[in-house]
Order: sequence, then C-alpha cells, then structure tokens
Amino acid sequence: METQSTYNYKVVRQFAIMTVVWGIVGMLVGVIIAAQLVWPDLNFGPWLHFGRLRPLHTNAVIFAFGGSGLFATSYYVVQRTCNVRLISDKLAAFTFWGWQAIIVLAAITLPLGLTTGKEYAELEWPIDLLITIVWVVYAIVFFGTIAIRKVKHIYVANWFYGAFILAVALLHVVNSLEIPVSMWKSYSIYAGAVDAMVQWWYGHNAVGFFLTAAFLGMMYYFVPKQAGRPVYSYRLSVVHFWALIFTYMWAGPHHLHYTALPDWTQSLGMVFSLILLAPSWGGMINGIMTLSGAWHKLRTDPILKFLVVSLSFYGMSTFEGPMMSIKTVNALSHYTDWTIGHVHSGALGWVGFITIGSLYYLLPRLFGREQMHSVKLIEAHFWLATVGTVLYIAALWISGVMQGLMWRALNPDGTLTYAFAEVVKATYPYHFVRFLGGTLYLLGMVLMAYNTFRTVTAGRAVDAKIPATTASAHV
Amino acid sequence: MSDFVNDFWGVYITVIVVVGIVGLAYLLFSQSRTTVAKGEKVETMGHVWDDDLEEYNNPLPRWWMLMFYITLIFGAVYLVLYPGLGKFQGVRGWTSVGQYKEERAQAEAKYQPLYDKYLKQDLKAVAADPEAQAMGKRLFQTYCVQCHGSDARGAKGFPNLTDHDWLYGGDPSTIKTTIDAGRQGQMPAFGAAFGEEKVKDVANYVLSLSGKKHDAERATRGKETFGAICSACHGPDGKGNQAMGAPNLTDNVWLYGGTEKTVIETITNGRNNQMPAWKDFLGEGKVHLLTAYVWGLSNNTKTQ
Repeated sequence: METQSTYNYKVVRQFAIMTVVWGIVGMLVGVIIAAQLVWPDLNFGPWLHFGRLRPLHTNAVIFAFGGSGLFATSYYVVQRTCNVRLISDKLAAFTFWGWQAIIVLAAITLPLGLTTGKEYAELEWPIDLLITIVWVVYAIVFFGTIAIRKVKHIYVANWFYGAFILAVALLHVVNSLEIPVSMWKSYSIYAGAVDAMVQWWYGHNAVGFFLTAAFLGMMYYFVPKQAGRPVYSYRLSVVHFWALIFTYMWAGPHHLHYTALPDWTQSLGMVFSLILLAPSWGGMINGIMTLSGAWHKLRTDPILKFLVVSLSFYGMSTFEGPMMSIKTVNALSHYTDWTIGHVHSGALGWVGFITIGSLYYLLPRLFGREQMHSVKLIEAHFWLATVGTVLYIAALWISGVMQGLMWRALNPDGTLTYAFAEVVKATYPYHFVRFLGGTLYLLGMVLMAYNTFRTVTAGRAVDAKIPATTASAHV
Repeated sequence: MSDFVNDFWGVYITVIVVVGIVGLAYLLFSQSRTTVAKGEKVETMGHVWDDDLEEYNNPLPRWWMLMFYITLIFGAVYLVLYPGLGKFQGVRGWTSVGQYKEERAQAEAKYQPLYDKYLKQDLKAVAADPEAQAMGKRLFQTYCVQCHGSDARGAKGFPNLTDHDWLYGGDPSTIKTTIDAGRQGQMPAFGAAFGEEKVKDVANYVLSLSGKKHDAERATRGKETFGAICSACHGPDGKGNQAMGAPNLTDNVWLYGGTEKTVIETITNGRNNQMPAWKDFLGEGKVHLLTAYVWGLSNNTKTQ
C-alpha cells in the first residue's frame, strides 16, 4: 500500500487518532484543575496539586492536542495540495513517535515538579533538545514535500503551516537557551527584565504562530473543502498573511504592561497589538465569506457549523486581544480571570472548534468511510461544545471584570475597599460555572472519541491514490 | 536613557518600526486599487489544487482597509506622543515612573490630611474615636491580615494581637515602635549544645512553668539547665523579658505551640521571626492610626 502512487495517510491517521486521545486527556486535566479552584480539598499530595497539574493541562491541550492536530492536518494538506507523497515516510514516522515521546515525558516530569518555570515552556532541557530535533525533522518533511511538489503554485494553507513551523523553531530555540546544572534542572541564560521579555516574546508568539497562523492553515483547507466553495479572496490572503506574521512578532510586551520592562518596549507592544486587529480579521473574513453561496449548508452540516463558529470565536478573541493590550484596559484586566477567559475563547472556541471540525472531515477519509459513524453525535458534540465555551468565557468575563474593579476600589480614606480574600470569595460562583462549561466541553470530546472509535472500527485504513495533475495545475 | 547599552540599538529599533508601519501601509495600498465594476463577475485565480480548491480574487473589503489604516495612523501618532522609537521620549514627555509619582502625590495630597489630623491626638484618644478605629481597621485589613489574620488572632509564628500577652510590650508607644521599625525575634538553637536528652528535660521544665502536663523527673533536671542558660533571656522565673522580646513561658500562650514536640523543636532548632518595618512605607499618620487600632484590640471593650 505504501508506494509512491499513494499519499502517506498512515502518519496522518496516527496523529489524527492521538489528537482525539490527547484532547480528552488535556481537557480532563483542565476540568480537574477547574474543580480544584472551586473545591480546594481536591488537591491531593504534591503530584496532583494545582500548581503541577496546571502546566500539564496547558502543555497537553496546546502541544499534545493542538500539536497532534497540526501534524495530522499539515501532513494531509501538504500532500494533497502538492499532489505528491511526503518526501520521507521514515522521517514522518520519526516525528510521530518523537512527538508522542515528548508528550509522555511532559506528562511524567511536570507532576514530578520538574519545570523550568517558564509558562508554556516548562519542559526541562533534555526534553527541549528532543523537541528541537523533532521539529527540525518536521521542517524537513514539510518543506521537502513542498520542494518536490507537482503543482506550481503553493496553496495558501501551506504558507501558514510553513510560517508556523519556521517561527516555532525560532521561538523555541531562543527562549529555551538554558544552562543545565543536572539531568533535570537548568537555568535560563537570561535574567531579570530581559528574561521576562524573551519569555513573553515566546509566549505571545506561541499564541500567534502555534495557535493562530497554524490553525489558519487548517482553516484555509478545510473550510473551502467542506463548504465546496472557492476561497473568497487571494488578495486578502496575501495581505493578511504578511501583515500577520510581521506584526505578531512585536506584540509580546503587552503581557508586561506596567512592569520593569522599559516604557518604549511597552508602547511598541501595545501599538503593534492594535495594528494586529485587521490582519487577524483578514483570516476570519476570508473564511466566513468563503461560505457566501453556501450558507444554507449550515442548517444541515454540523461540521460546517464547527468551522464557522470557530471563525466567529476567532474574530471575537482577536478583537478582544488588541483591546486588552491597550494600557488603560490592561490596567483593569491584567492578572484577573478575564485573561484566562480570553485565552479560552481562543483555545476552546477557535483552536478546539477548527480542529474538531477538521477531524470530522478527515477521519472518514482516512478510514475509507463516506462520513463519520453518526452525524447526530457530531451535532450533539457541536451544541455541548458551544454551550460549554459560552458558559466558560461568560463566567470568566464577569469574574475578571469584577476582580479588576474590586481590587482597585478605594474607601474615602484611600484604603482598599476589599481584602484579597473577599475577592476570592466573590469569584467562587463564577469558577463553578467555569467548571460546568469545561465539563460540557469535555463531554463533547467523549462523544467524539466514541464516534471516532465506531468510525475507525467499521472502516479500514486506506491511502488515497495520487491523481494525475490537472492541466491548470501543471508545472 | 539607560535602556540601551549602545546608541545603535535605539536607531535599529526605530528603523524597523518605521519601515514596518510604512511597509504595512504600502502593502495595503498596493493591493487596494482594483475594484469590481458593477456587473463584473469575480473570476478565480485559475489555479486548482486537490481537485476542487480554488480562489476568487475579490477586492479587499473597504471597511476592513479603513480599519487597518486607522490602526496604523493611531500607532504612528501614539509613537510620536509616547516613548517607543528607541531613545525618543515622545513629545508628551510621559514616563511610567513619572505617572506613578504623580498619582502617588495626588493620593497623598488627598488622603494624607485625613490621617495626619489624628497625629495631634493622644493614641488612647484616637483609640476611642470610632471613625479613627474604622480607618485603622481598614488599614489593618489591607496590610496586616496576611500574617496576623483577618481577626487579628494570629497564627503559628504570628502573634495574636487581641490578648493581653505582649512580646515587646503593649503600651501604645511600644506598639508604635514595633510597627514603625519592625522586630526581629531570635531564639538560638540549643540542640547541638544540649543534646537530645537535655533538650527534652528543659522542654519538660518549660511545660511545667505554665502548669501543663510534664514529666516531673525530667523537669527537675531541666530546671538546672534553664537556670544556667535559658534564664539569661527568659528570666530566672521564666516570665520573659519584653526589652528583648523573650516570651513569658508561664502564661500558657504559645507563639509556635505548647506541645512537648513543638517545645523540643523550638529549643533544638531555635526560632527566627520577623515583623517588617512600616514607617517608610505607610508614613507616620497611618502608623499612628494602626497603633491605636491594635492597642484598642485588647484594650477597647467596644471594638471587636
């Protein structure tokens, strides 16, 4: 089956299945830590304590769930839009097993308390090295496949995947420069404000390139495919692509407003975050307008619902982000639940929905089926996920703004109106609603796992034939 | 400006930012000239991928372009007004340190008189003033609860402020000194000097002082060591010495706990305890009110 006349679907299948598995694991840990915030008694021993499970949650959903989804879709998309099999099956297989090993190592070391303490870059130096190796191989497979393509023009989805792979390599290497002192302990080579700036240059671009650009690549393939319509505007994709990748690199300092970071750096972070609004929305417009002429399909097609709602959440959170980067707004929102709500409108609403929608498109095709085992279950998943996301972000909006206002409230004599513990107490009901929202979202993923299981067991692994290139696409 | 070790970097930043913003505007402008004439059909680019993937080439939405231009103009104006372009400080001369100082000065001008008006009053009189007590309580809830608890009853290692037991003295002026300058309470470690048995003997003697359950034989042996060593700080009768903050051991009030195990731990390893100094941070007026409030906690029958 694995010959040069077929696409390599094996690695896509492996990553696609693991996306569902890691999605459940990562979101389950998320629900557990949400419960710990409501019922602190659920913190059992050091290994299962909030402080150690929280980085496990973020790493699992971003890098295990999101990462596996990106590997799966990028390998699928790059082959099908280049009309060629991946340049190397062995290297592709290495990225699969390497990436899974990294995830397992993360799941072991983080509960043990082995951490660099850098948010979204907690993994210690031996794992950092492994990530670097796997990522370089990923770049070789992806760009190598582009290089041997049988179609002259490079499809827009590949621009975004390509930018993501290059930028993440740069970000990971620069932010992870550290001096090992033992097998599982290292210290960053940066210190003080420089360390903070490098960390948030990395942190925000992890959002920008991992969670935005890469998933826009996903969007640019699966939305027009599922809608059966051409992409709305090539011109728009060119403008917003270049504007997005240039501007994102500057936005990091908005995480450090009103800190020891120099004033000029904070200003630039804010200005470029605002400029980022239009380039971000370019992707949303291109996705949603692709549906013009196909809107009626939304009534019956739950996969399309996932894809379109993901773009709505994307538009909402990329509007919210620039607004929160304005210093006066940030003075209220920073350090509150609002930030966590914002991240989750992006993570649950955008990244989660676009990945889930794309997987529902992908899975039947990888296993020789017309469609998923049950379309009704996709519909149910859609509503669970939507209600869950809305509950989650609405609860944290309210509690976030409330926290910000309570922290700054002053008595007539200039003292604080509320002690910190009073604010914690007031937050309690909203954290319960957040827990509820997260649970609904997780339930949806369980439906997906069941649906996937039935689809896979009733189907068989197929590798699609590479068609002869069409005349218009010829080199 | 100390942000840059070398002038080059300021210029470097400025050039990239200016070229970046101008470049974005140019990119937008270069792609904005074609509009679809009325009745004209938008064609695809003519490329096909993967059977059916195509692209239209619709013009950029006008409202979107406008929004993009507005953010670029806002950014440019902001960088003229505020620091951002390397060493250029912005025409408004704004700095975050300057804003902090200004807001602080405003707050002090507004609130300080409210506190300072009590400075002229005797601490006991302030403690009797309900309004001053309310202000003192709010200060306490902001600055002191982290250690002493929201009910001021303290915790392990943090003194209870509502009883009549004082490590350094409970008259208003001593309380004020404690808050002003802080305290550092230190008990040396005797584990190595005494050895395990002797520590246990002394612990039992200490327990006997406040009438707690103890081993009489050990206590008798411990008394000798206590008289020779411990009495230097705690006094021959164990009633402590407020001049150096040595606790009274006869009153059954325990800072770290009065079980045999904890007392042994205290004697073996010693204790090191610190109360921070607040004078420079809070200023005299607020310390005055806090002092009156803390004194009132154990002396005012009305409050609490």
